[in-house]
Amino acid sequence: MSKFRSALLGAVALAGFAIAGQATAQAKTLVYCSEGAPENFNPMINTTGTTFDANKPIYDRLINFKPGSTEVEPGLAEKWDVSADGLTFVFHLRHNAKWQSTKTYKPTHGFNADDVIFSFERQWKDANPYHKVSGGAYDYFNDMSMPDLLVSIDKIDDYTVKFVLKKPQAPFLANLAMDFAAIQSKEYADTLLKTGKPELIDQEPVGTGPFELVQYVRDATIRYRAFPGYWGAKPKIDTLVFSINKDAAVRLAKLRANECQISVFPAPADLPSIKADKTLQLLSQPGLNIGYLAFNNQKPPFTNIKVRQAINMAIDKKAILDAVYQGAGVPAKNLIPPSLWSYNTKVEDYKYDPAAAKKLLAEAGFPDGFETDLWAMPVQRPYNPDAKRIGELMQSDLAKVGIKAKIVSYEWGEYRKRVQNGEAGMAELGWTGDNGDPDNFFVPLAGCAASRIGGGSASKFCNPEFEALIQKAAEITNQSERAKLYEQAQVVMHREAPFFLIAHSVVYLPMRANVTGYKMSPLGAHEFTTVDLK
Amino acid sequence: MLRFLLRRVTLIIPTFIGVTLASFLLIHAVPGDPIEVRVGEHGIAPERLAILRHEFGLDQPLWKQFADYEVQVASGHLGASTVTHQPVWDEFLTLFPATVELSVCALIFALVIGLPLGVIAAVKRGTAFDYGLMGVSVTGASMPIFWWGLMMILVFSVSLGWTPVAGRIGDAFFVEPWSGFMLIDSWFSDDDGAFASAVSHLILPTIVLGTIPLATIARMTRSAMLEVLGDDFIRTARAKGLSPLRVVIVHALRNALIPVVTVIGLQVGALLGGAILTETIFAWPGVGHWLIEAIQRRDYPVLQGGTLLIAVLVMAVNLGVDVTYGFLNPRIRK
Repeated sequence: MSKFRSALLGAVALAGFAIAGQATAQAKTLVYCSEGAPENFNPMINTTGTTFDANKPIYDRLINFKPGSTEVEPGLAEKWDVSADGLTFVFHLRHNAKWQSTKTYKPTHGFNADDVIFSFERQWKDANPYHKVSGGAYDYFNDMSMPDLLVSIDKIDDYTVKFVLKKPQAPFLANLAMDFAAIQSKEYADTLLKTGKPELIDQEPVGTGPFELVQYVRDATIRYRAFPGYWGAKPKIDTLVFSINKDAAVRLAKLRANECQISVFPAPADLPSIKADKTLQLLSQPGLNIGYLAFNNQKPPFTNIKVRQAINMAIDKKAILDAVYQGAGVPAKNLIPPSLWSYNTKVEDYKYDPAAAKKLLAEAGFPDGFETDLWAMPVQRPYNPDAKRIGELMQSDLAKVGIKAKIVSYEWGEYRKRVQNGEAGMAELGWTGDNGDPDNFFVPLAGCAASRIGGGSASKFCNPEFEALIQKAAEITNQSERAKLYEQAQVVMHREAPFFLIAHSVVYLPMRANVTGYKMSPLGAHEFTTVDLK
Repeated sequence: MLRFLLRRVTLIIPTFIGVTLASFLLIHAVPGDPIEVRVGEHGIAPERLAILRHEFGLDQPLWKQFADYEVQVASGHLGASTVTHQPVWDEFLTLFPATVELSVCALIFALVIGLPLGVIAAVKRGTAFDYGLMGVSVTGASMPIFWWGLMMILVFSVSLGWTPVAGRIGDAFFVEPWSGFMLIDSWFSDDDGAFASAVSHLILPTIVLGTIPLATIARMTRSAMLEVLGDDFIRTARAKGLSPLRVVIVHALRNALIPVVTVIGLQVGALLGGAILTETIFAWPGVGHWLIEAIQRRDYPVLQGGTLLIAVLVMAVNLGVDVTYGFLNPRIRK
């Protein structure tokens, strides 16, 4: 057996060398240690960053985020026109985008308008034969209010598509750059439908992106190769491998052993040793997120603005950042992070001043403080590394001004549901931005629509002045005018103090020293088109 | 013999119902459901929540959900994952070979080392070797797998660089999963070095998963041997002038093996339990890894189906052990 094997290997190796020659020797493989397995290969039906990362190499959208930025740039749409009333968007599609193939499917033509219509109608219309395939829950399409927003999507010709909206919506373009707006092939879908296996569209994906899927070994590795037919700048690496490792210590060990070249989500305790390691480099960026303590603005005593302001002065924010974030966070004074356009630098945060807080509480009618509850999440979130510890620090600060806060926690799903149902007095929670538009922070976290019982807002804050500003900003398309409105909105929010804003966390990404060209995405995505190995 | 077999098989039915009921109740006792878990900070509109709950059948009373599940299982369907939407049975079949491969290697490791150690400890009873070995064995049996795995990685993979950190094969190798057993698939792969890579990836997880069974087998072998070594027929064998080695291996060990075989059978359950942790540490894509993920995602069909399949497997192995035992020892058949 072993002789046979050796002979076979020798022959294969010789043949391989003869055919591939130098090209094989120079083939570049990048291994990325990822944190989990994708649910499947369709970003429309999933909501996790893990799945989005695994799909990003494969699929394109009409519009893309510029690498390393929240600004949009042309994707499968080369350009677009917006009508003066902001209701009609006409997209002019790229002629040179090709579809990838699988073992059983070879495309007969390139990307066109039918693919765009199919991809949106799959998520939008019950009548689409793919609407129910793979569970058919299009969470993001619904979360971004697309069904309420869209009137029609029509094909003008093979390379022109018209979207008509019910009302002007400035963040609409940014929404189209989000992962859920990926474009799938209509021809592939039709072919699978004929063979009676429509679900394969989400398991053996066909996209127009820079890499095509070669193999997915369940829970172990995802292997891609650079797609030769890609319309954009060719990736600098030939093979991209996602090596799936759930444990942070194991991911770091693999990175140190050069079994992977980029490793995601390091444990905060490992950061100093990563920085000290000369074979590694550590990139970092403030995340597009906010961790906060929300006051229930519809529940006494938090209906009283003085109580909310007093608590903002009673808690020592710096102590929380030092003790819990340990350098992996920047103090927050606005709801949006500093990396987002329209961030108001002029807003001055409440100073830690227990005496002033006590005075304000007395003015509000609580000279001896009051009893309340303080909810802390049971899980670590990207914006809050340890809600329980932060809760304890807040509890002790609040006790100093007479407020006796009882720490409450539930299982994560239950916690979120109860907080959103308005059961908490004060609750820790947070947010990670989806599309780099300020609207995506202000409306879901502090808008009136989200303040209903069961709505997404934990603060249940609904202020007419603030609401008018953010509504107006959503309806106009000029970014500098929008920025002015959001800056004003931040001043109103500071005065009204619906939250105690804790921090924007910093995201770290360790990699081998020979990795070049990696651009960290403010949106938390991991992309490899621009990456090279020295 | 037939009556014995029938009695054993009949006993499996209540066990089977007990397992499905226990796993069903435990999973539903954990707060949160598949929809709430994936919603996150975005929240969900009550109308949409109602639609999704209806689609997953979660709006039914608990007893009805259980009854429906039992009927479904009885008709041979385990349902589909609420996360990947693939049939539970298909997912299990894809992942199970990885767990079997790891468990078999761990069991072989435990036997090859544990049996001789137990025999030596019994023969050298009361010596420093015996005490030392039993001390190490108690430590081994009580070692937390998670800690042990990470320590092994730190020492052998990170500091010494002798073994790979995690996974089933080097990421550079592209092996088609033909049988699902990496040792077999890599053996037949065109990639030179794939087999060696697969073997090197098996070393640490095998040791980590095999440690507890090794300790148990060594201790069991020792006590069984001690019992047998004091028997009359051993004295007779010695008196016949047989070599000490022959007395120990042929006469004593053979008789001591009966309780050891039982223990080995019981280890199958322990191995599958241990595999859950070992697979998590070593990013080993088997059913253990799969079940942990399913708990986090409240993937009810996977959790129920996976637990059921593993329980069936353990029951089958135990039945096999009982039957073998019945053959070996006619007294039990009565």
